[in-house]
Amino acid sequence: MTDRPYAQTRTQSPTTKLVLRFILYILLGVFALFYLMPLFVMITTSLKSLDEIRTGDLISLPREITFDAWRTAWSGACTGIQCEGVRPYFLNSLLIAIPAVLISTIIGALNGYVVAQWKFKGANIFFALLLFGCFIPFQVVLLPMAIVLGKLGISGTITGLIFVHVIYGIGFTTLFFRNYYVSIPSELTKAAMIDGAGFFRIFWSIFLPLSLPIIVVSVIWQFTQIWNDFLFGVSFSQAGTQPVTVALNNIVNSTTGVKEYNVDMAAAIIAALPTLLVYVVAGKYFIRGLTAGSVKG
Amino acid sequence: MIRWLQDNMPKIVLAPSFIAVMVFVYGFIAWTAWVSLTRSRLMPRYEFDSLIQYERLADSPRFETAMVNLAIFGTLFIVIAMALGLLLAILLDQKIRTEGAIRTIYLYPMALSMIVTGTAWKWILNPELGIEATVKGWGFANFEFNWLVDPDMAIYTVVLAAVWQSSGFVMALFLAGLRSVDEEIIKAAQVDGIPTWRVYSAIIIPSMAPIFLSAFIVLAHLAIKAFDLVIALTGGGPGYATDLPATYMYAMAFSRGDIGQAASSAMVMMLVVFTIVVPYLYSELRTKND
Amino acid sequence: MSPILEVKNLYKNYGSIEVLKDINVSIEEGDFLVLVGPSGCGKSTLLNCIAGLEPISAGDLFIGGQNMTNVSPKDRDIAMVFQSYALYPTMTVAKNITFGMKVRGIDQATQDAKLKHVSTQLQIEPLLHRKPGQLSGGQRQRVAMGRALVRDPKLFLFDEPLSNLDAKLRVEMRTEIKALHQRLGASMVYVTHDQIEAMTLATKIVVMKGGIIQQIGTPAEIYNRPANLFVADFMGSPAMNLIPAKTKANGKGMQIEITRKDADPIVLKDTRNTDLPENVIIGVRPEDIVDAALARADDTQQADCLIDIVEPAGADTFAVMQLGGKHVTARLHAETTAAAGTEQRLAFDLGKVSYFEPETGLRLN
Repeated sequence: MTDRPYAQTRTQSPTTKLVLRFILYILLGVFALFYLMPLFVMITTSLKSLDEIRTGDLISLPREITFDAWRTAWSGACTGIQCEGVRPYFLNSLLIAIPAVLISTIIGALNGYVVAQWKFKGANIFFALLLFGCFIPFQVVLLPMAIVLGKLGISGTITGLIFVHVIYGIGFTTLFFRNYYVSIPSELTKAAMIDGAGFFRIFWSIFLPLSLPIIVVSVIWQFTQIWNDFLFGVSFSQAGTQPVTVALNNIVNSTTGVKEYNVDMAAAIIAALPTLLVYVVAGKYFIRGLTAGSVKG
Repeated sequence: MIRWLQDNMPKIVLAPSFIAVMVFVYGFIAWTAWVSLTRSRLMPRYEFDSLIQYERLADSPRFETAMVNLAIFGTLFIVIAMALGLLLAILLDQKIRTEGAIRTIYLYPMALSMIVTGTAWKWILNPELGIEATVKGWGFANFEFNWLVDPDMAIYTVVLAAVWQSSGFVMALFLAGLRSVDEEIIKAAQVDGIPTWRVYSAIIIPSMAPIFLSAFIVLAHLAIKAFDLVIALTGGGPGYATDLPATYMYAMAFSRGDIGQAASSAMVMMLVVFTIVVPYLYSELRTKND
Repeated sequence: MSPILEVKNLYKNYGSIEVLKDINVSIEEGDFLVLVGPSGCGKSTLLNCIAGLEPISAGDLFIGGQNMTNVSPKDRDIAMVFQSYALYPTMTVAKNITFGMKVRGIDQATQDAKLKHVSTQLQIEPLLHRKPGQLSGGQRQRVAMGRALVRDPKLFLFDEPLSNLDAKLRVEMRTEIKALHQRLGASMVYVTHDQIEAMTLATKIVVMKGGIIQQIGTPAEIYNRPANLFVADFMGSPAMNLIPAKTKANGKGMQIEITRKDADPIVLKDTRNTDLPENVIIGVRPEDIVDAALARADDTQQADCLIDIVEPAGADTFAVMQLGGKHVTARLHAETTAAAGTEQRLAFDLGKVSYFEPETGLRLN
């Protein structure tokens, strides 16, 4: 299965080598086009007028660039009966994501610190239970969570969504910090104990200053997860508190009026921008987060 | 008292998370499991009533479609994403000068919401104005590409979009695996005059078995949870041709008002995840404790 | 005066596994106690128990006459140097050294004065503003010592502090620790698996194996009169030769017969030890088997031995032969005439010989 045309043995002539190298780059280029094409189509479509979309083709550049679709998507598109664009929902997503990311990261850091450095009977069992919680299909908690949110009086609110994201985020944040802190020698904790420092002092003075990389990983992971969430958003929000993903889906599927593909695309790009930005700025940490859960830490 | 607090601080710090996990994960699973054994409809009822909900699931053609779709989607998605990911990783492992940039391009879809991915592909695959129209515009008047609205083919569009989104991630996993192989082994093989393709097939890839397993687990997990993508791309349609257990559960819970069916289908999903993830986690935790 | 450290009937279990069994040790002020043994013998666990970093399962522990069994580490008046040094990576050297004082709320002026004193003593003033990552192994070692010294505790604890250093530096630091101990007159407990370190540093050695104390004594006692086969084999390099032999009463002494392959047995006479069983294991240090030509005349007995291997080691040359079915090492003169495959006349000095019971391994004489 791995016999490939570009395989190089040391008996190849320089010409064969060059040809193989050329084929290699062509292949890489074709795949790059495959991954870039949807983004390209989204951007060009969002800059076209509806007339041009109906007559032109998918991959042509816009004849005339117009930002009307972006304006509509931001502040005028209809998500059902309301027509305020994605702006209020974009704001909702921020209001949900920022506190939920911070709270779940802080809890994860403390949990990871305990599990990695203050081992006690049952700490490993706790960690195993928590880890398994990362893998459950969330459908299995949707119904009881809806009831509990109702009982707490926070169903359909931003607070309710923050609560849900924190609860189901601490599994991953704890995993990140635990795997990071477990590689720090426990002698450090012991030395600090003899120096007279207590549980929180050791965390604050010694572990936290070491944690910047893993804090970045955790924040990026949580932000991406929460920003991109749809299931909790659609299940536990109501008109006015929906996150941007739900709003985007509503815009795309709204059946009133003419189908404005350029507005759909502009709205999709707006919804994708924050996480794309994070990816471009801090891709290294993004990948670390992705692999941390699946490759042994 | 202060001494007691000091000694037990680790446990006190862990306690809220422990309670949260016990209630909101395990308690909720138990709740759903119980309700799946009742006649709950619009409101949850708590009187035990045999396996009626599971019998209804078994009799439901819609749920059958959902399970068949999960099998098709899951298999194709995992196999294609793994094969493509491995191919890309090997291609990128040939000392490519622009590796960083190419990797960034291959991986960025993973940062997108599945709703965004679904929206984009829904537009690209639009039978009137998408690829079909474009190719027709090039002069191929008879070209037809209407998978999105073809009940027999629509599930494959979900596969396509899912592979587009996740294969870069698999590539990143495999690339990390390729790089972690001991360089001295590769050098030894080169000194022995073993051709590159044999170095890959006989030495490097077999040593990456744990990474194959990890990639499989993550992809299987993504496949079972895939919900947003179907909602955004096909809405489960045409009809319910692209329903998955996840969308079935959601429809029962929030639009049909059939809590019993929602709970029982969620439990079926749970069981599928269980059978895949539990052996994996068990072996992971065991090796970690050694 | 009460001992500075006293461990009484200490037990330590992990679940059903006993890692320390009935440990009893005490040291006086100014003692340098070394806990030595192979890895997994429980020596580090014992040190952690003394520090309070691990709870003990049974027994009592006194430091400076006070019962510290249930006292937390910070209140035991101890300082500890770790194998990995355990320097706080984000703090400068100065902050590393003063962190303990800062936590305890000691005023800035005292902190500065103590820091200055310790850094002068250890010659680390130029390093004070660097981070641990920018230091060499030897420098980190010094900083770790500084952090302990600044505490001025009743008891210093060292957990294999030299094992991460290269061979040359290890010897240097060993000398320095010894000098420090002599200068300060402080009480120290030091864990190592290196028996040379134990011999050179200790005023008192505890040899451990499998969580049980094998022997407690001064370095000379441990070296010259090992309590059992394990201690005999573990302490000393090259190790003591332990040769199975048969004994017979012969006039006013004993006759000891060591069999050989392809040659007559070697027969040695011991006039000092007269009450030995028939089968024994005789323990002879390599330095007690020497070139016959260079032996002190009295108290030695000579035999021709076939030499298998010759290992020149600079100051000495070691010769290996087969006696009683064992490899036996002799410590010969650097310019010995011994050559592999030839016979050499060797002298055996039984002045410091040890005898062990073959079954129990216990010392007989």
